Amino acid sequence: MEQIYLDHAATSPMHEDVIAAMNPIYTDVFGNPSSVHSFGRKARQQLDEARRVLAGSIHANEKELTFTSGGTEADNMALIGTALANQHKGKHIITVSQEHHATLHTANKLEQMGFEVTYLPIYEDGKIAVEDLRSSLREDTILVSIMFVNNETGIIQPIEEAAKLVSQHQAYFHTDAVQAYGLLDLNVKEMSIDMLTVSSHKINGPKGIAFLYVKEGIAIQALQFGGEQERKRRPGTENVPAIVGFKRAVEIAMEKRQERNKLYRSFKDHFVQTLKNNEIDFAINGDPESAIASIINISFPGTNVEALLTNFDLSGIAASSGSACTAGSVEPSHVLSAMFGEGHPCTTNSIRFSFGLANTKENVEEAAERVSKIVKRLVS
Amino acid sequence: MKRKEDTRVVVGMSGGVDSSVAALLLKQQGYDVVGIFMKNWDDTDEFGVCTATEDYDDVVRVCNQLDIPYYAVNFEKQYWDKVFTYFLDEYKAGRTPNPDVMCNKEIKFKAFLDHAISLGADYLATGHYAQVRETDGRVEMLRGVDDNKDQTYFLNQLTEEVLEKVMFPLGHLPKSEVREIAKKHDLVTADKKDSTGICFIGERNFKEFLSEYLPAQPGEMKTLSGETKGKHDGLMYYTIGQRQGLGIGGAGDPWFVVGKNLNDNILYVEQGYSHESLYSDGLIATDLNWINKDRVENTFTCTAKFRYRQKDSKVTVSVLEDGKVRVDFAEMERAITPGQVVVFYDGEVCLGGGTIDEILKDEKALNYVG
Repeated sequence: MEQIYLDHAATSPMHEDVIAAMNPIYTDVFGNPSSVHSFGRKARQQLDEARRVLAGSIHANEKELTFTSGGTEADNMALIGTALANQHKGKHIITVSQEHHATLHTANKLEQMGFEVTYLPIYEDGKIAVEDLRSSLREDTILVSIMFVNNETGIIQPIEEAAKLVSQHQAYFHTDAVQAYGLLDLNVKEMSIDMLTVSSHKINGPKGIAFLYVKEGIAIQALQFGGEQERKRRPGTENVPAIVGFKRAVEIAMEKRQERNKLYRSFKDHFVQTLKNNEIDFAINGDPESAIASIINISFPGTNVEALLTNFDLSGIAASSGSACTAGSVEPSHVLSAMFGEGHPCTTNSIRFSFGLANTKENVEEAAERVSKIVKRLVS
Repeated sequence: MKRKEDTRVVVGMSGGVDSSVAALLLKQQGYDVVGIFMKNWDDTDEFGVCTATEDYDDVVRVCNQLDIPYYAVNFEKQYWDKVFTYFLDEYKAGRTPNPDVMCNKEIKFKAFLDHAISLGADYLATGHYAQVRETDGRVEMLRGVDDNKDQTYFLNQLTEEVLEKVMFPLGHLPKSEVREIAKKHDLVTADKKDSTGICFIGERNFKEFLSEYLPAQPGEMKTLSGETKGKHDGLMYYTIGQRQGLGIGGAGDPWFVVGKNLNDNILYVEQGYSHESLYSDGLIATDLNWINKDRVENTFTCTAKFRYRQKDSKVTVSVLEDGKVRVDFAEMERAITPGQVVVFYDGEVCLGGGTIDEILKDEKALNYVG
């Protein structure tokens, strides 16, 4: 049985060119970029070149990038680092109820540390209302963090509008753009974004590498201490092979952006159409017009997530509820709870399918056929 | 007959050694084995630590050793509604419930079995020490061969229809051999301690746990003849025949709980392990379940257990109306406890069981709970 991967928002397969770009670094460029000898310089060259390409991908300058181990670390640094460095200006932070746990749990921690956090609501379309942000901004607000694209629903948030609003205020604006990167055009200057998180493994790069963009001039406190790397913001020997792979993945993503958007959108449409052809009862969560090409979140009335996901896997379909797992069992999605209210059936009968490099028109259709069969069996 | 590799067996895995070996044996026999962990209770503490997380992690590691898929399913709501609510209600009524029996009846072999079937399973397997035997088109449940581990007592509410879909891969093995198998295959759970006590309470203090859910009403502790012997902390904390925790000093034999008066909130105590008020000659049980309904006659003799790991006693069972039975003991029994379970056996075959409701002596109900 062919295993079909529909969980690219969780992580994605590496592009073969990425692996090809990384291999020589492992074999030939093992130096420490901080070393003052030829081995070090060779590695440093790779690092600088990667940083230049990556900075260019979001229209930032190279000094504004800090490499981290992943999106979670970057979000932690953005929130805690700026909160600690700016607490003399106020202790109020604004974020959104549907954020990734990398942001939400960090915000919870900041609350324990004496900061006050406002969690903006989202609506049934899956979006925040910029009006809510406007009315929540206070004199002592120092930071606003809003994700660019929700990882469970794929709904694109009105980030530019929100960032421009916050730019009129003392608060800094951070966005977790992990799910947006590669498919959407991210221009931090035009959009007035102060900080931005992206990650490599969601866009066919290696795991263990990500970066945080921090606009020049923003005060941010380091959360770990050691050497001089990343201008002391994030000390530790750089993961050069991963950074080089990340760069290659981004180059490919930028080159193929239009093509991928079109292709992934067509996968999504095929998938939905096949469900319709099979007369499956389903509903798409969030406003489909506002969703990124690669992600769709579908509610199957009369089913539950655990039975769905287990059955999917046993028939070779990898999908996800996008939600937190405790002891391996699926808790109601906090994102869908934020959209529809606690206890709404959608929070426990919805599946996220996310498309990407591992898909073809044929395997997406095949997957939709298998999904249809399972759903039919479960609701009968 | 399906081939083994086409026969899907869902194994209920707890993260303990028994269910690990159950999965291993089925895998060795060539079945299509799927491991599933059930989460029935959330005991997450202030640091986010929860025993279920640790146990699930063991399930993951064992399943990866066995190269079988693993999943989890959450029955917290069902467990609360069907098991925990019953558990509290029984304590409120001054009785001593058996949540494990209820969990097997309502969760493991109902909700979980349904879940397994929805995953295309042909069988549900668990690490219980019991055996399923098919003879003459009849499916029976037999005791596990390890007399010390036999768990049919907790499985008395299963029915033939359920047992048809159940496998107990450990039923023919002594516990020591199960551990040996786990060690031989280097399973990460080979040396894991067996869980003790009621699953949702775990190692915690029972009294403290109960007091979080039920208000305690302290009252008088008296002898049956009315002499006050002190105070009790709340009737729910005591069970018939209990010696510990009474705090009655003085000379002579130790004191034991011999009864409860719910209306006046009195705990009755008497002196001596063998005090006559602890002995009875019969009982009425309710909510009777017969595993093989067709074999039950109106009156029959068999053996019975009134608590887990007790030796069998000879009894005569008379079927009454409304799913009740009267059980007459061949010899007097000590400290039969309302709310606990009586389970009947014909030799090695478990016939079924029910909840002990009234305790009789000389045709009169004892005031064990009144």
